[in-house]
Amino acid sequence: METVILFGPLLGALIAGFGHRLLGERLAITLATLLLFLSAALSWWVFLTFDGQTQHIPIMRWIESGSLSVDWSIRLDRLTAIMLVVVTTVSSLVHLYSVGYMKDDPQFPKGESYTPRFFAYLGFFTFAMLALVTSDNLLQMYFGWEGVGVASYLLIGFYYRKPSANAAAIKAFVVNRVGDFGFAIGIFALFYLVDGINFSDVFAAGPKLAETQFHFLWMDVNAVEMVTFFLFIGAMGKSAQLFLHTWLPDAMEGPTPVSALIHAATMVTAGVFLVSRMSPLFEFAPGTLAFVTVIGATTAFIAASIGLVQNDIKRVIAYSTMSQLGYMFAAAGVGVYQAAMFHLFTHAFFKAMLFLGAGSVITAMHHEQDMRAYGNLRKKIPITFWAMIIGTLAITGVGIPTSLMKFGDIPIGFAGFLSKDSIIESTYAAGTGVGQYAWVMLVLAAAMTAFYSWRLIFMTFYGPEKGDKHAHEHAHESGWVMTVPLIVLAIGATLAGMLWYGDFVGAGSQAFFGNSVFTGAENEVLHRAHHVPELIASAPFFAMLVGFVLAWIFYIRAPKIPAALAGQFNVLYRLLLNKYYFDEIYDFVFTQNAKRLGHFLWKRGDGSVIDGTINGVALGLVPRVTRLAHRLQSGYVYHYALATVLGLVGLLTWMSISAGAN
Amino acid sequence: MENLLSIVTFIPLVAAIILALFLRGEDAAAQMAAKRVSLITTVVVFLISIAIYVKFDTSQSGFQMVEDHAWLGGFRYKVGVDGISVLFVLLTTFLMPLVIGASWKVTHRVKEYMIAFLILETLMIAVFTALDLVLFYVVFEAGLIPMFLVIGIWGGKERIYASFKFFLYTLLGSVLMLIAVVAMYLQAGTTDIPTLLAFKFSSTPIHLLGFTIAGGAQTLMFLAFFASFAVKLPMWPVHTWLPDAHVQAPTAGSVILASILLKMGGYGFLRFSLPMFPVASDLLAGFVMWLSVIAIIYTSLVALMQEDMKKLVAYSSVAHMGYVTIGIFAANQQGVDGAIFQMVSHGFVAGALFLVVGVVYDRMHTREIDAYGGLTVRMPRYALIFMFFTMANVGLPGTSGFVGEFLTLVGTFKANTWVAFFAASGMIFSASYALWLYRRVMFGDLIKESLKSITDMTARERWIFAPLVAMTLLLGLYPSVVLDIVSPSVEALLHGYNTALAGADTLVHLAQN
Repeated sequence: METVILFGPLLGALIAGFGHRLLGERLAITLATLLLFLSAALSWWVFLTFDGQTQHIPIMRWIESGSLSVDWSIRLDRLTAIMLVVVTTVSSLVHLYSVGYMKDDPQFPKGESYTPRFFAYLGFFTFAMLALVTSDNLLQMYFGWEGVGVASYLLIGFYYRKPSANAAAIKAFVVNRVGDFGFAIGIFALFYLVDGINFSDVFAAGPKLAETQFHFLWMDVNAVEMVTFFLFIGAMGKSAQLFLHTWLPDAMEGPTPVSALIHAATMVTAGVFLVSRMSPLFEFAPGTLAFVTVIGATTAFIAASIGLVQNDIKRVIAYSTMSQLGYMFAAAGVGVYQAAMFHLFTHAFFKAMLFLGAGSVITAMHHEQDMRAYGNLRKKIPITFWAMIIGTLAITGVGIPTSLMKFGDIPIGFAGFLSKDSIIESTYAAGTGVGQYAWVMLVLAAAMTAFYSWRLIFMTFYGPEKGDKHAHEHAHESGWVMTVPLIVLAIGATLAGMLWYGDFVGAGSQAFFGNSVFTGAENEVLHRAHHVPELIASAPFFAMLVGFVLAWIFYIRAPKIPAALAGQFNVLYRLLLNKYYFDEIYDFVFTQNAKRLGHFLWKRGDGSVIDGTINGVALGLVPRVTRLAHRLQSGYVYHYALATVLGLVGLLTWMSISAGAN
Repeated sequence: MENLLSIVTFIPLVAAIILALFLRGEDAAAQMAAKRVSLITTVVVFLISIAIYVKFDTSQSGFQMVEDHAWLGGFRYKVGVDGISVLFVLLTTFLMPLVIGASWKVTHRVKEYMIAFLILETLMIAVFTALDLVLFYVVFEAGLIPMFLVIGIWGGKERIYASFKFFLYTLLGSVLMLIAVVAMYLQAGTTDIPTLLAFKFSSTPIHLLGFTIAGGAQTLMFLAFFASFAVKLPMWPVHTWLPDAHVQAPTAGSVILASILLKMGGYGFLRFSLPMFPVASDLLAGFVMWLSVIAIIYTSLVALMQEDMKKLVAYSSVAHMGYVTIGIFAANQQGVDGAIFQMVSHGFVAGALFLVVGVVYDRMHTREIDAYGGLTVRMPRYALIFMFFTMANVGLPGTSGFVGEFLTLVGTFKANTWVAFFAASGMIFSASYALWLYRRVMFGDLIKESLKSITDMTARERWIFAPLVAMTLLLGLYPSVVLDIVSPSVEALLHGYNTALAGADTLVHLAQN
């Protein structure tokens, strides 16, 4: 069954990509979508009936060389089961949604066939992502890791006529490669230290690695700290954490369903999955964990602050994604992988929904993405409106503070409320310096999250109609293929938190995760998180309220304030609007210098130095021979040939004679 | 089939002689006849060579299918294959029909062209099967002649300069290698390669003009062979002949050059340098590795700035060969397995990339990147093939390109973390230059007037790429087809290498005591 889940999407991709000529576009796409729904149904079956026993399902040999032996295989444990559900659910809904969204795309001239290609990429992505999460060793994970990178590259650059889309696609791939470089170094080191990269070998070696020092580059490093650090570099790339995040906002160049699937719900969470999967190593690496927390919390804060001022509806959600991923890492960094996975799980629902909702708005508004051209859309696209409202309630963490009311052990609120609050409480409960730093950052980010999320709602659905009159007149709700996924995800965004709170982070956590997540003997953060002081526990709630009220004042009550503030704090405003100038700095430091160096090495290195030296050595010979060559036209090569043959004959003769002499 | 290897080796030569003697005229019919004869010959050779694969016993690490006959002046015609060489023989026979197929549009002196390639095939196979040092040297050097001719006669505008440079470089290597061959013969008294492999060449330090040469005679011989193999591979800084040769060579020439001729350098290291001069190899491993790391980063950066498609692919080749040499000199199972794998994989991938360039060159007669743009619009099939091999070239897992890079780097990390660290950064650069090339050629809108009527790949072209795609995927998903063959021989090689080193160590210690 797991094999069907894994290969179903690949089959779908092949049918869509190569079978559409034979079957017709419509049928091919329908088949691909149905296969995805089959995968999703089976995944839910696996998730709900999983008995806690880790299973290994071999598929085929892969790389064997000396003591290195890696197979294609499936590892099924709780972490895998969670990811299966997340990936196939969102992917199947996105497939369905895309049937509507990708129809009559104005980016392509009439008559050009592009939908089969789109579905082939989607299916391939899903396959690669499933290969990543079902992997039983680091190498197959790396296969999936790079595979989703390629799918992401192809889909970001889907509108291949658009220069900005092409640039964004390359940027995504190359920045991810920087992360992958770290990931690869981590794998090399693990093989060197453990002599195996299957999870069972690696996990068993955790305690031993914690005691091992080895010489890496110029320094003696603790083995487990070094390995986890480099693996985390990989996670930073894929999950767009600070310093390796610049590709994610640009990735919004891809069609919106892609943003929902890849750049919100699944691929970008692979980093969080990696850290959770490798918890048997990370638990022995306090240094790396502190780094993870700091990066996660800082990313959550920085990304949220950029999100405050962006005007492109998709970019706002992109920064929001980056920020939420930061939350997940902050939780993993303090050792509460369960909360990280919980937020990953709930975030998939509401973030995918926000993106699909944004897609619906964009379709309604004739592909306008600037929120300053929206306004007052709530009556025209009511289903989208309500779905977006639910998504916003979920992401901003609306619920009833636990001190006031609980349902048994379970807090009451939208999905994000339960998962996000578990994270924030965990950082506090960690009781460490970095934990407290993270707590402050995350609470502030929570306020900003509420602000930018409501800002998006208010600018889009309330206020006067702005921008193109014509677009507003023709704005209408999308068809059922697009609204049904919205509704399904909205249900998830509402209930997923409350339904699975007990399992992920509540009383049933230990039984739920079993041994798929490892926590050290003295790691009791999750337990302590349930007992943080009431004031601390309700801080995110009040932060959320502050954000909401400010957004309401700024964009409903007194819409003049934002412009006035932007004028007054111009430097800060421009800093945020320009995303802290990361792109400009990277371009200046890396891209330009690499090009300059490449040019220099080519012209000076190869040209002047190497060829120059060789010409110099042969100075007397070269001009004469070339002149000769010119005179003899192309016949001259025969002379070389002849010379060589003569040389050979001479050699043979000489050796024959000397052989005789011996 | 006692002489299977000889049959495979000499059929192309026989066909070439037949063409030379019996085919007359330059008309279309004669041209077609030459092409057909060559195609049939190479296909037959490939089919027969499958028997080598079937017959090859993977449980054995020594030489198999050995043939031994007396030859000129006391030297012997001795051939055989082991796990290290057999795949190169197969790679050669596999690629030749594709290369002939890719030359279908040649119209200038077709008969001679086909003869050159057929002779080249014989010589290339002989390089990988030769078990006698003199035989090896002869075919190794003689292989250059048809290549000179191919570049010099059927090449581009600056073919004179390119083939001259090619000649000059390789000449330097040849002379030094010849001296070493003679020296080896004088020391060991034989040119039989299996015997030489077991022979312990002197590694006593030599004192010369006040200098002490550690590793003694081994070091000198190593360096002499190194000069030849490093040029062939090519390694930085003796690589500058390659971009020029590639750019000027016709497509088929480039494919052979990249896919097989370069591999002779790597093969040479494995057949001679490592097993015959273990002490010197160990001494100089660091030096070779650093040259390779420089090659990877340097040529990747240079590739980034190229304006000519073929030159870009050529520089990328040099970078990829860097992984081969670090893998070999890491001198452990993963490193050497990976190096051989990388060479085989590069044979398919780089060959395919040169064919990819050839497809548009045949249509537009320019390799200038700026002359293209937006080809995806009119050439969707080509876009797919180009993308596939671009990804294989950047080492995407699931393609053959990944396995070689991964194994060499895993092996290298064990030997030297600095080298592995910098070499791995090539992953980032390769993605940059390869994707940027793809973007400039394939993406964007199709606005150039000259490209408005360009056509997608023909059936012939698709049939040329299909086997390459299949092999790239097969090797990426199930690399055991290669590794099962390679591993036992590599294990034996490394066992001998380490024993020799341990022996040398004991000697040094004894001397010190």
